[in-house]
Parts: sequence; C-alpha cells; structure tokens
Amino acid sequence: MKRLALITALCGASLVPAEAQELASSEVERGRYLTQAGDCKACHTDIDNDGIPFAGGRALKTPFGTIYSANLTPDDETGLGRWSREDFYNALNEGIDDEGRHLYPAMPYPYFTLMTRQQTDAIFAYLQSLEPVHVEEEENDLPFPLNIRMSVSGWKLLFFEDEEFVTDPDRSEAWNRGRFLVDGPLHCGGCHTGKNILGASKDDEYLRGGTLENWFAPNIRGGENGGIAHWSEDDIFEFLKYGRAKHTAPMQRMGEVVSISTQFLEGKDLRSVATYLKTLDDTARASEEAPETARMEAGEGLYFDNCAACHVADASGVPYFFAPLSTSNKLHAKDPSTAIRVILGGARAQPTETIPSMLAMPPFAWKLTDAQIADLLTYLRNTGDRQSGAVSAEAVAEMREYLAEEY
Amino acid sequence: MTKQLPKVDVVLVGFGWTGAIYAEKLTAAGMEVLALERGPWRDTPTDFATTFAQDELRYYWRHGMFQEASQSTVTFRNNGAQTALPMRHWGSFLPGNGVGGSGVHWNGQTYRFLPSDFVAKSHNEERYGPLPEGMTVQDYGVTYDELEPHFDYFEKICGISGTAGNLRGDIREGGNPFEGPRSDDYPNPPMQMTFSQDRFEASARDMGLNPFPVPSANMSRAYVNPLGMQLAPCTYCGFCEKHGCGNYSKSSPQTTIIPVLMKRENFTLRTDSEVLSVEKSPDDTRTTGVTYVDTSGEEFFQPAEVVVLCAYPLENARLMLLSDIGTPYDPQTGEGVVGKNYCYQVMSGATVFYDEEYTNGFVGAGALGMAVDEYNGDNFDHSGLGFIGGGYIACYTTNARPIESHPVPEGVPGWGSEWKQSVRANFLKTTNVGVHGASMAHRSNYLDLDPTYTDRHGRPLLRMTYDFTLNDRRLTAHLTPVAEEIARGMGGREVNVAERKGSYDSMPYQTTHNTGGTIMGTDPQMSVCNRYCQSWDLHNLFVAGAGLFPQNAGYNPTGTVAALAYWSVAAIIDQYMADPGPLVQA
Repeated sequence: MKRLALITALCGASLVPAEAQELASSEVERGRYLTQAGDCKACHTDIDNDGIPFAGGRALKTPFGTIYSANLTPDDETGLGRWSREDFYNALNEGIDDEGRHLYPAMPYPYFTLMTRQQTDAIFAYLQSLEPVHVEEEENDLPFPLNIRMSVSGWKLLFFEDEEFVTDPDRSEAWNRGRFLVDGPLHCGGCHTGKNILGASKDDEYLRGGTLENWFAPNIRGGENGGIAHWSEDDIFEFLKYGRAKHTAPMQRMGEVVSISTQFLEGKDLRSVATYLKTLDDTARASEEAPETARMEAGEGLYFDNCAACHVADASGVPYFFAPLSTSNKLHAKDPSTAIRVILGGARAQPTETIPSMLAMPPFAWKLTDAQIADLLTYLRNTGDRQSGAVSAEAVAEMREYLAEEY
Repeated sequence: MTKQLPKVDVVLVGFGWTGAIYAEKLTAAGMEVLALERGPWRDTPTDFATTFAQDELRYYWRHGMFQEASQSTVTFRNNGAQTALPMRHWGSFLPGNGVGGSGVHWNGQTYRFLPSDFVAKSHNEERYGPLPEGMTVQDYGVTYDELEPHFDYFEKICGISGTAGNLRGDIREGGNPFEGPRSDDYPNPPMQMTFSQDRFEASARDMGLNPFPVPSANMSRAYVNPLGMQLAPCTYCGFCEKHGCGNYSKSSPQTTIIPVLMKRENFTLRTDSEVLSVEKSPDDTRTTGVTYVDTSGEEFFQPAEVVVLCAYPLENARLMLLSDIGTPYDPQTGEGVVGKNYCYQVMSGATVFYDEEYTNGFVGAGALGMAVDEYNGDNFDHSGLGFIGGGYIACYTTNARPIESHPVPEGVPGWGSEWKQSVRANFLKTTNVGVHGASMAHRSNYLDLDPTYTDRHGRPLLRMTYDFTLNDRRLTAHLTPVAEEIARGMGGREVNVAERKGSYDSMPYQTTHNTGGTIMGTDPQMSVCNRYCQSWDLHNLFVAGAGLFPQNAGYNPTGTVAALAYWSVAAIIDQYMADPGPLVQA
C-alpha cells in the first residue's frame, strides 16, 4: 500500500494538531517543496551507484572520515518508519536522532535549525509519503574518538546554536525570504563558507568561499567587492533556475544542487535569494604580486592553443555557453583548487529541464604537465584588472595525485 | 539460441540523424522506443574533445568514425558484365559508424531540394517530353510544399546559418532566388565569408549570376535550439567533414537531439548491437521485430509494433534484401524494387592558384561557402541539351587539412622535392570552385546481394553496380565550363580544371551522398515505400534516409533526409497509430 494514504488518514486523527488549519495533502506538498529546497535527495541517495532516491547510503567524505547518509524513506527497521514528528523535529532542529544520539554535522542541522516546527513537520509528512525501502546501513568510517557520537556533543557545545529564523523588520520581505532560504533550507554556507579545523563554519568567512572535497566553492557575496559583485540579480536567478548564466554554468557539486534542488524552486524564491546575496558586500582583496614575465608568456601560449577555441582569444568567453574567464570567481579565487581540478579533469555543465545540453570541457590531464597548467592558470589569474597570484606546479601535482587516488 | 526480449512500441535500426529524429518525436508522443546501433557510443567531450578532434591521422586516414570494412563492406563493379570485388578500404564514400552515424562526420551543408526535384519525372516530361529509354527517374510522391514545415523545423533544430532567398514568395536579395518558398528565415545569419568567397561572389555577379551563402550547420553565432540544446559559435578550424566537432559548433545528433532523448524514460539505446534481419509475420503483412547480435555473439529477437530502418541507405537496402522483404530489383526485366535506382553525385571543379593573395584555406568550416544555383535542377532551360537535372556551383573554404590537402598546379610531379616546393608555395594560395551535380536514375545502376562475398556473420555483402550515365556526362560537360569561367574571373594566376571523365572510380573521395535502393513513390510496382516512407509490403515497417530518393538532386542530401523523417514520423503519430495499416492504398 502506498504510504501516502495511511499518513493522510493518521494526520486527520493526530493527537498533536497541525498548527495551521491545512489539509494534509497541502502539508505534504509544502514538505516536498522544502525537501527539494534542502537538496535532501542529493545526500540521501546513493547517486554514484544508481541508488533509490532518499534511501541513503551515499558516502560523504569529510576531512574526518567517511559518513554514510541515512535512509529517509519510511521503512520501519532502516528508515524513518517508526519516527515521530517530534523525533524528526529534534533531528533537524538539534541534531539528535530518535534514540537521542547526536548526529554528525555533515547533516546540515546547523542550518535546518532555522526552520519552524511547522516546516519540519511538513518535510516529515512528505518523507512519510514515500515508498518504504529496506536498506542495510553502511558503517561510518571514522577514527576514534569521532566514532563515538558523544564527541559530537562537544562539537555542538562549541559551534551549534539552536535558533529560529528572526525577521529583520528593516529589510524587505524578499530580502528576509532570501536570507531565510540561504541560511536555512538551501544551506549555502555548507559549501560556500570557510570552515575551521573542526569543520564548523567561521562567521567571518560567511559566504566568502570554502573548500570541500578538494573543490573550492567560490565567494558568492554579490555586493561591492563580493565574488559575484558583477552578477546581476537576473544572473543569479538564471544560474539557479536554468543552469545557465552569462558568467558560468553549475558543474559537478553545484550542478547537483541545481539539478535536484534549485531548478524546481519557485522563481519568486530564487529572486529572493538573489536579492539577499546582492546586499552582501565584502572587503577588497589585496592585489598579489605580479608573476614572472616568462610564466605569463608561457601561459598565454598555452591558453591560445588549448582554450581559446571555446573561451575566445581574449578570454571573454561565450556568455551562457563557455565561461568568460577574465571575470570568473572560480579562476580568481584565493584557493585555485576548482580551477586546477577543472583543467585536469574537465567539467560538464549541468543539464536542466530548460537547457538539457551538456556542454562539457574535456580533461587536459593527459596533455598538459603540472608546470604547464600552473603557468596557464598563473597567466589567466593575472590578466585584466585583477592580480590574483601565481599557481605553483606543486599545487597542480597534489591535485593530480588526489584525483588519481579518488577517481 | 535466440533470446526473446520484451516487446517495445518502436524499434529503430541505426541511430544517426534519422534515428534521433524518429526517437525524439515518438517518445514525445509517449511511445516506448528502442534504438539499436551497430557501433559504439560517441559524444563530444569524450570522443572528439577540442584540441583532440583535429587528429587527421586518426579520424580520416585511419577511419576513426567510419564503418570498419573488415566487419562489413560493399562489393563494387561498374557494370553487369564485371565481377564485383569487395572494397577493403573506403574511398569514394565513407559510411559512418556509431551513435550519430554519418551525422557526426558530415560537413554541415544543409540544402532543401527544389520543388521540381520532388516531381522530377512529371515535371521534366511536361516541359521536355518523355524521358529517354533506360532513365528510371520517378516522382517522390510527396511534394516540396508538404515537406516545407519539416525542412523549417530541422533548420531550427540545427540552427542553420544562411540567407533566405524566397520568403513566402518574396524573392530576397542575397539569398537563392531559385529555392522553394520558405515559411521562415534561417534561424542564424550566414557565416563569415573569406577572401575566396568574396572573389567568387564578385566573379559570379559579373556573369549575371546570383551568389548566395551556403546554408550551414556550422554556427555563425551562439544558438539555442527548440529543444534547449546549445550550439556554440564556430571557430573556423576547418575540421568538419570526416571529424566530429569538439566546440559544439556543428549540428549533429549529439549536439541537437540526443541529450534530450537520453533523459526520457521511454527511450532506450543499445549500442554495439548489429541488426541481422527484420522478421516477418507468417502472413507476410507485418514485421514482428528484428534479430540482432551483441558483441558477445549472442542473438536476440526484439519484438516491436513498428520497425523503422534508420541505418545508412546501403545498409537499409541490404537489410531488406537479406530479410526477403519486397521484390529485389532485376535490371534485365526492370521489375522488382529493392535495390532499384541507386544514385550518387557527379562532381567536377576548377582550382584557382594565386601568386600574391593568401586564401588561407585552413581557416575554414564544413559549410563555409558561396554558391550559385542557376544551373541546378530545372532552373535553366534544358531544351536541346540532352540531359535533365544539374547542380550548384560553389566556392567552399573547407577541408584544407595538412595531410589530405596538397593542391599543386598542373605539370608538377606527384612526389619529390619539386612537389614539396610546389605544395609549400601553393598551400595558402589556392581555392576551388566545385560543381556538385545531380545523379539521375538509370536502369543499369542498382544494388543487390553479392553472390560470392559474405560478412563475418556469413551474410552476403551488398553489391553495388554503378557507372556514370550519358545524362551525367552531358550534365558535367555543360556545367564544368561555367565553373571554370567563374574561377577565371576570380583573379588568380592560373586555373586547373578537373573535368569528370571516364568511368566512376570507387576509390578517390567524392561525397558520401549515396542514394536510392529503398526508393519511395506512388506505385508499389515501382517503389519500395509509399509517400509516407512506409513499406508497401509490411505496413508497420518504415524506412528513413537517402535510400528513399528515387534519384539524387544536385544538392547535399541531409536537409531532405531530415525533412522526410519528420514527415514520416508525423504520419506514424497522427495517422498510423490511430489506425494501423497501409497509409496509401495500392
């Protein structure tokens, strides 16, 4: 039997009435929307092995070890089948599971805690409507003492605050909605905010870019001096909704976010996100020292031979197709990990419902040496208005080694 | 033992342009579609990535994307008195292999046939009297006006760059004044012409002709097609024909349709799966599905409600002959239809050599060119000329690749230091004016099964019997001097004329425009398929591709191949599905 009918019946007779006088089906629908906004499916599906959506088992590599995601389907033994709404609220709000154990913060409850009880109930209602799937749980692969869940309580004591979202009455409704989405369900800071040594977001790095699994998620502050200061609100909207924008296309991890989550969100919500991001100013970055002329010349030659065919001779790119490199926030990031990685391993623009093409950049690991890639990046990071610093051949070598081991 | 598979609504044999077109429309209409492709998967970033795609050794000389002759080839002879021998290395034409088929390694020249091309028999007979003895030219059974919306749609799918010459009857400056009325302009402006086209244009105008930019599937600018597929601006790298495009700049099934299809749940593609035969019901009125073999040698029977042959024309004809569908054509009696009216093209040209001016032919694209159409189809009076049909005359800047292209003037030896010096002196200073001529069907040119040679599965190879006809020879004799005159007006030091003389030779490359063999028409005694490309014999068998052409027009075929596919699949969806059976009563 489909779980949906059962849940619908139960909700009607629930001892804890829903806060608003809403029909169960609309609660499920709101929950589906929030689940989509939270991109829950991405982590809770073993995507690499064509796993069943929401049945968990995806390996999440953290700096501390590998964590396997939980089964969110309503299976009694291995999923959320026996969970109560209260249990679920506690998980999202406080990071505590149905047996009172602390959840690892790979689960973004520090963000989800901003959601109201009504909202977590809705997500729960939606998850309970899914077909239950029985899966054997994978053991997390974490070293002592992190394999003791109690260690998480210490972490939470230091870095976690159970808080509700507070509306700023001086700001517009759109700005407040945007901020709620960015800091709450969308949990943008999960990747785009720098982390401390224990994996907690650093407040002063808020959306200034962060490194995760050797990807650098760029600075997405849209105000003055921000990483995407040159993006308009429309650009941000197009990026999230269609997966194509003037400046770049979502790839790899962010591609997943757009394909699973943001492309399905309402335009109004995505525009709110844009409104909010556009108000985040940043401090101007100090200019780096200009690299040696010989490296710049070598890089220019490499660029012309290998990259100009798509990104155009002057690196201005083809808007919506091939990223303009002169203004790329990935290329000019302090941490060049993503740029190195894309040159070594290639990248594919995420296909979406609107734009199903999968424009891809081929890998160059087979063709260019570490020194060549370093020169190429050094050239690109130091042409135009910006001096973003040189890239070393060692950094490329390290990434090459990492990719060879991981992929 | 043949393994039985679950039935699907439609099985497509081959997955190039027509396979992608049928699959897209059929799956959009909700049908369960399976495509079987003999060759491997291919896509842009993995198979012909930019800076890798331009590998002439791999893709041309070693035939990276062509059918492997060791697996399947054709036998060839010029006439029925000779013994046909297998082509062990492709030469004159290059059948594709793998996903996208020949649609990956084409040049992108995307013409529409003329309205009169579809009624070649009735139109020419009305104007000039009965066709000569032995000429087996026929009408298509479908008209230009009926195909027009489908031409238009394909041009939008491909993002064709060009200038309309006839917009809803309004003749427009700079376009081809002879083309049939178009319902809409091309989606993109013409490509950027080079020195050679400018000279060609000026010379042709001096002669009172109307030069126009060749309709091009190489992008003149960034473009998003109606399916949301992105095509990027062409870089004029000059590696189109025989190569895949690494810049997403050439329309191919990969860049325009396939990624959309791969996301549809009701579409399945099986690569490395070669169809051996099309199966028939006991009463011979329907096909029940196809038998194919995978790379392990295991055989499968794939049942289907509808089968569409979307392979290359030569393979479609062979599959019908191997499957005993329809009556094989007999050149002695003129009876039978399968293998009938095999046609090709008649090419000639003139090379211009400059002293001072640089043509820089390496800055090219597959369809970068200017053409004139005054001598095509029935655009000129053929009274007293002794032939029908014609061709376009064009100056392309394409294919000047370093291993393949060594234009040297007449009198220069074919090798040695003098040759090398001449190549060095002339490589950047030549251009060509080419005649792309029609091929009218003749009783003596046809396809059948070879009595001697077989493929690795033990099935007879296809035998091609073909030579240029009197019509071809007169056609080329009439058009080549016009090309020469244009070439002489282009201001070079000297002009070499390459006339079309002697018998057809299967080795030097010409075009991959093989047509006929599974022709469409109005009469089951005279054609394999009816006007909807539906087999006259098995009503749930449809055939796609240039094999449908009763004779070949003076153009490149892909635009018309695609329009016929869209026309046919619309008939399947709108008419056949509601009431399966023959769509035309014989």
